[in-house]
Amino acid sequence: MGAPNDASDLTELGIAAIRDGVRGGDFSAREVAEAFVARVAAAKELNAFLVETPDHALAAADAADAARAAGDEPKPMAGVPIGMKDLFCTQGVPTTAASRILEGFVPPYESTVSQRLWDAGAGMLGKLNMDQFAMGSSNETSAFGNVISPWRRSDGGNAPLAPGGSSGGSSSAVAARLCPGATGTDTGGSIRQPAAFTGISGIKPTYGRCSRWGTIAFASSLDQAGPMARDVRDCAIMLEAMAGFDAKDATSLKLDVPRWEAGLSGDLRGKRVGIPKEYRVDGMPAEIEALWQQGIAWLTDAGAEIVEVSLPHTRYALPAYYIIAPAEASSNLSRYDGVRYGLRDLPEGANLQDMYAATRADGFGAEVKRRILIGTYVLSAGFYDAYYTQAQKVRALIARDFEDAWGRCDLLLTPTAPSAAFALGEKSADPIAMYLNDVFTVPSSLAGLPAMSVPGGLDGAGLPLGLQIIGRALDEQGVLGAGLAIEQRAGFTAKPERWW
Amino acid sequence: MKRVAGLARIAIGDEDAARLAPELGNILHWIEQLGEVDTGGVEPMTAVIPNTLRLRDDVVGADPLTGGGIREKLMANAPEAEHGFFTVPKVIE
Repeated sequence: MGAPNDASDLTELGIAAIRDGVRGGDFSAREVAEAFVARVAAAKELNAFLVETPDHALAAADAADAARAAGDEPKPMAGVPIGMKDLFCTQGVPTTAASRILEGFVPPYESTVSQRLWDAGAGMLGKLNMDQFAMGSSNETSAFGNVISPWRRSDGGNAPLAPGGSSGGSSSAVAARLCPGATGTDTGGSIRQPAAFTGISGIKPTYGRCSRWGTIAFASSLDQAGPMARDVRDCAIMLEAMAGFDAKDATSLKLDVPRWEAGLSGDLRGKRVGIPKEYRVDGMPAEIEALWQQGIAWLTDAGAEIVEVSLPHTRYALPAYYIIAPAEASSNLSRYDGVRYGLRDLPEGANLQDMYAATRADGFGAEVKRRILIGTYVLSAGFYDAYYTQAQKVRALIARDFEDAWGRCDLLLTPTAPSAAFALGEKSADPIAMYLNDVFTVPSSLAGLPAMSVPGGLDGAGLPLGLQIIGRALDEQGVLGAGLAIEQRAGFTAKPERWW
Repeated sequence: MKRVAGLARIAIGDEDAARLAPELGNILHWIEQLGEVDTGGVEPMTAVIPNTLRLRDDVVGADPLTGGGIREKLMANAPEAEHGFFTVPKVIE
């Protein structure tokens, strides 16, 4: 690889290329950080960043350069600047989860996932915008404005498009080359759907791989952090840095972190890939069906045997999710009371209960309130069994469907989302239409399984479409391998034309 | 609607309630399709990935974050703190 002369070229590099280039002395970490800092500063129109932290990125870069000069063993992500979703608490840097109720909150501690990334040598370019409390599929629920996708339809229409959600700041920033990688979190598809909408890769690991400590909670039995980056290798590198046992999270898995990058292989000989017939949903665009068939052909070419499988409870995954996630959210978000942190609204003459109610009415956005109210209702006396207990039983059946499928195959291939990116405002009037965006990503979330989206191609309007690989619990290696096999054959090099 | 909002400690006016009731009604109607699923003999899921609950060492101050002595840090984000205490409106008449 030649050393780019123009600083703007450095922003075309992914995580592996930056890491290797800094190690090899092709360029300094400082040059890389400065190039990305400049790109971030020039991209305000995308509204991807809530807070910019150039000093953090530059300090990490200087540390990487100094370590190299001193001949120290290089850290795994030394010299790589990244974006941090604003759901991760970052010590001394404002963290709001894109909600007014946390406006002004400055965490006195660092989340485990972000700390691990800094320990690996990465630096932070800033905090990324997102759907408020990670509730949304289009980034339209942020209290600090929509994130805009860098992509535009090729038909000349300039309608601003959704970058997906909830990790929409992350997807927009990576696709626009504002950072080579970003953290995301995925509760029902919030890494995979935005990755698919913006032509990048993203993996949600097995539940328990990444510590939830210091990550603002939405639905604790589903929330998992993961990387979003330009390709599969970059995801593997970043996931290795993020994952690992943490005693501070009771659901953290006490397992060593595999060396996923070293184990990467797109050779699928001996693997069986299942195609779940229930994922062929009504009204799915022909282009997505065609891409799915193309994905089957690519995996066959990589040596995999294709088998049809059945996941009979698939259609009940979304309704179960929209009981379980709001129920957990209503409990988790009860902590925002106007007393200990964040917003307080104390109307004249109000008592304590009035203060709670006024603070929460003012501080939470419409979608967050909607979900808290649903969660409160389904958990309330007399309704609990009919809704919540039934949903947890259905969840057990959905997990059993996957278990049964693993008797016939090693991995599953599906589309990531039922459509390409839609325009901002197109679905925001109808909550259920918005929820249906996660139809292919929610079942694996409910079962805690690793799943990733990789770009497969463009639709007729020039917008990216993603393919999803789902694996057995703890088989991130298999998921990454199949993702790599697709990547090697899709040859996806499209990127958004810079208009911002 | 008002009862649920009261339980959730979210103030809603009559106008909000009138707007939210049909909206939440639609969502609840949609999720009620779960009732069709035969879940006889199925245990509700409690842990998505098998795991064992751990206890931390019973040592005072083992974790500097939770071991005490960090009052200033704890209070730093309080919207209204006085004399090292969180304050709330008077609750005793």
